[in-house]
Amino acid sequence: MTPWERFVDAFFNREVIVQYLPAIGKGVVVTIELAVLVVISGIALGFLLVVLRAYRVAPVNAVIVVFVDVFRALPPLVLILLLYFGLPNIDVTLSGFAVVWLTLTLVLGAFAEEIFWAGVLSVEKGQWQAARSTGLGFGQTLFYVILPQAVRMTVPPLTNRTIAITKNTALGTVVGVGEILNQATTAQSFSGNASPLTVAAIAFLLIFVPVVYAGRWIETRFAWRKG
Amino acid sequence: MQALIDQFFNVQIMADAWPTVWRGLMMTVLLCIAVIPLGLLGGLLVAMANTAPWRWLRWTVVVYVDIFRAIPPLVLLIFIYAGLPFAGIRLSPFAAVSIAFLLNNSAYYGEIYRAGIESIGKGQMEAARSTGLSGLQAMTYVILPQAVRNVLPDLLSNTIEVVKLTSLASVVALPELLYSADMARSITYNASPIVMAALIYLAILWPVVRFLSRLERRMGA
Repeated sequence: MTPWERFVDAFFNREVIVQYLPAIGKGVVVTIELAVLVVISGIALGFLLVVLRAYRVAPVNAVIVVFVDVFRALPPLVLILLLYFGLPNIDVTLSGFAVVWLTLTLVLGAFAEEIFWAGVLSVEKGQWQAARSTGLGFGQTLFYVILPQAVRMTVPPLTNRTIAITKNTALGTVVGVGEILNQATTAQSFSGNASPLTVAAIAFLLIFVPVVYAGRWIETRFAWRKG
Repeated sequence: MQALIDQFFNVQIMADAWPTVWRGLMMTVLLCIAVIPLGLLGGLLVAMANTAPWRWLRWTVVVYVDIFRAIPPLVLLIFIYAGLPFAGIRLSPFAAVSIAFLLNNSAYYGEIYRAGIESIGKGQMEAARSTGLSGLQAMTYVILPQAVRNVLPDLLSNTIEVVKLTSLASVVALPELLYSADMARSITYNASPIVMAALIYLAILWPVVRFLSRLERRMGA
């Protein structure tokens, strides 16, 4: 074989690809399921936390700030290993899927809260005063006046962060979640051929390039005001 | 409660694991010293290529950035570490991690520098050029120093992400902080070494996260 044929055989072997495509297809479904769940629960958690924080109850806010800092500072893989291997010792057993979902929800929730809060702070104080003086209550002002503006402003940074965190679903392979990377590395070791890894890389590109483009479009559409 | 303390905060086990975990920490520090400057430099090249007068180069860079923003770093790392040997290229874990991170981080840092360069008015470049500076000189001495200052919080934020990302090296058996802690965990059947690793990451990164929050607020997002 010429070096070129060897290269094609190692990375684009048609037989191997055909054989393992169904398994990697299953992985695609798992990756997308996990990603969608993480986005929904993570952003919901961030939103919930920012609403709590807006009430400015000192002890509650202190807890939220510590929570956000901790999950901004810890590598997600550390949390995944800690929950997956640590919890069974105290008789709590979570599946790999649940552990990755929980971890990434907490991480995205922390980042989303931080980003939403920056948005809330960037709405001028006068808006609070004006809204309250028209007779709106605190909750009404928050939900009808402040948050709609704050959230809109934070769309671009939130999109970027969400994409970055969603890609971490690949970490699931470490705790046996049958997502794309996991299926591909299994197939690679069975077949003794690198083609499944090529397919995995292409699968991730097919899923995430459109997302990155959508993110870029959103970024220009909701241009973030910089001071 | 006692079980929780025994399994997660066992001081005896932490003390026994300390030498291993310490060596791991040193490897993490070494890894950071290698990959952070590489990424900062690679990103700078990406951003400068983005302003180049040749269309083919700008397009190449756009495709490069999109690809590496879309591929999870762990997929890239495993492709390089486990895939390239099939092409006869066998890399040490350290080399594989460095290359994967260079490719991935250059894309991210590059986007940040690009935003910084775009935040500087076109008039600055024109003024600099009209004083007789070459395009490269104007970029180096006039545009970049201002651009970098404008995006300092984003550069710092991405650097925090890079430090956290070094934990992925454990997957290719590079004995850094997380790998060492997980080794100790699998020997002792006790999660305390991982808790210790988590506390070390926190001790290093929490002050930086706090500083970043203040920096962001001061620079007025």
